[in-house]
Amino acid sequence: MTLQAEGRAARSAPAKNEYGRPSGVRTAKNILAAVLVTIAALIAIVPLVWVLITVVTKGLHLVLEPDWWLQSQRGITPRREGGGAYHAIVGTLLISAITALIAVPLGILGAIFLIEYAKGSKIARGVSFMVDILSGVPSIVAALFIYALMITVLGLGRSAFAVSLALVLLMLPTVLRSTEEMLKLVPDSLREASYALGVPKWKTILRIVLPTAFSGIATGVVLGLARVMGETAPLLILVVYAQGINLNPFSDTMGALPTMINSGRDQAASMPGYERVWGAALTLIIFVMLLNLLARGIARASKLKDK
Amino acid sequence: MSLTEENGLSTDQNRSPIQNRSLTLTAADSPVVDHGPVNTPPVPRVTQAPPPAAPAAPETAEEGGRRGVKLAKISRRGDRVFSGFAGGSGVLIVALVAFVGIFLIVIAAPSLAANTADFFTSREWTVSGDTLAFGIAGLLWTTVLSAALAMVIAVPIAIGVALCITQYVPRRLSNGLAFVVDLLAAVPSIIFGLWGITVLAPLLLPAQSWLSTNLGWFPLFAVGLSSGGTVFVASIVLAIMILPIITAISRDVFDQTPHDHIEAAWALGATRWEMIRTAVLPYGRTGVVSASMLGLGRALGETIAVMIILSTPAPGAAFNPSVFAGGETFASKIANAASEFDTPAKTGAYIAAGLVLFVITFVVNAIARTIADRGVRS
Repeated sequence: MTLQAEGRAARSAPAKNEYGRPSGVRTAKNILAAVLVTIAALIAIVPLVWVLITVVTKGLHLVLEPDWWLQSQRGITPRREGGGAYHAIVGTLLISAITALIAVPLGILGAIFLIEYAKGSKIARGVSFMVDILSGVPSIVAALFIYALMITVLGLGRSAFAVSLALVLLMLPTVLRSTEEMLKLVPDSLREASYALGVPKWKTILRIVLPTAFSGIATGVVLGLARVMGETAPLLILVVYAQGINLNPFSDTMGALPTMINSGRDQAASMPGYERVWGAALTLIIFVMLLNLLARGIARASKLKDK
Repeated sequence: MSLTEENGLSTDQNRSPIQNRSLTLTAADSPVVDHGPVNTPPVPRVTQAPPPAAPAAPETAEEGGRRGVKLAKISRRGDRVFSGFAGGSGVLIVALVAFVGIFLIVIAAPSLAANTADFFTSREWTVSGDTLAFGIAGLLWTTVLSAALAMVIAVPIAIGVALCITQYVPRRLSNGLAFVVDLLAAVPSIIFGLWGITVLAPLLLPAQSWLSTNLGWFPLFAVGLSSGGTVFVASIVLAIMILPIITAISRDVFDQTPHDHIEAAWALGATRWEMIRTAVLPYGRTGVVSASMLGLGRALGETIAVMIILSTPAPGAAFNPSVFAGGETFASKIANAASEFDTPAKTGAYIAAGLVLFVITFVVNAIARTIADRGVRS
């Protein structure tokens, strides 16, 4: 082995020199590596801080007004001040909720299938591979697929529901993978104890395995939601942005925070409409960051730790 | 454990049935760990040897207070329904992915058949009007160029950050650093796009013009736009967006370096860098490669940030391979056209482009998984 070979070399080398500190070149290389690694870490922090500062300084004054959270943009032109993001917030929450309603049961059941029923089988490997592929599908392709299916073939119009279906494709792998990882961590002794007591398999899964893995699954769901909430491409293709409040997911218009940003970004920088773009961006970041902190909180409170 | 509580067992009351059962199980010698839906569930086995004159076990009482045989029937139906649901969602997922591919092909086929230009080598994109003429050469170039440049920027930094987190800083600080990098992944891409074009692009303009005046003889650095909507800016934003993905996976594999290897390197008198070079990096190489491929897949498919940043060249403009030129990627082209999918032929042309993107990301991701799997096995 290389380590042994190096060991022999190292044992003979210090015999000539004095023992102790490594040579100058080696020390220099070591320090250089440490410096480069530190610089890399600093570079990685810069964009996050920079983006956050930009969005907060430009959007904060709007978000602090109560109207921002209570009013829509109905009848407000880019030249006018006023109005809020209520329509977009409601739209984003509604679309995310519908997405979660479909993706979470499907993802959890899929993971149960992979771990509890088909572990190690050929089918499981096939499903697992497909999930990997699904997790790599670009959001625009998912949106195009739903467009082709719902609108070109089935002849339905654009709708917020179609957006949710496209987002399901993006959220499913996150939920399934994290559930799978957590189910793997549930000790077999728990399952065996349950079986030994004569508890049927389905009840073991529902009452023993899932509750044990709950926090991890919840973390995955919340992170999946956070990812889905900021997705823009499906919204662009599958629904028309509306400035008013609409709560019907099957009508063809609905506001959402990403499309609110997108529809206002072409305005001149001096217009109030352009300021609202940053307000919407800050609102979106607030939601996504809250979800991320929630996920972290759940993970921290978890009984079942990764490591 | 909580198990006994869940089933309402009080041990002193039911000691004998429990013991009986565990004995039966050991005698039957069945691998309880690995039972698929086909295997006999443990319940009937329990009922084979009912404890003589033992009171009904609490879980039996929960099921309706009947004798064991009845219980077995009920629970098997529950099992069948539940495994049906679980299996159904597994199959549904497979069908879904296969469906995406097949469906895109079916919808794109008529437009591809009506296409008068060469799909793979033409840069033309005329989809309105009677004659269709579209090709993906320009889109492919911009997509690959921007993603490749993003990789060149992001991979070294990601490896550095992952090493910093796992090997250099103390645990408490490293958790915080890891969290910050993870948060970077949480920022929606539209916000990165907005920030990139309004804040970052103006700052990069001097660098852009300096590079193109001094290194302009090299085609990739040829003079392009005088504004910020270039592939160069888009790549930097893409690099920021894929950094957390590559960092997270690299961090995990570096963390798993066997302690024996690390301690062996220390014992031989290695400096920290030498330890990393001889123990950590060789161990994590496959992981880093597959992480980079996953990042590449993400960069290739990124839509909205790229769409916001890149300036669309005028139709018929001469091809400029430079990173300082504008352009359109597959994803940004489709997103830009989102409002004009009016005729099936036109939609088909864009779906054909989406199909190519799907195939490219499919291949890239499949390679990443294969490398990761091989790494795990060896």
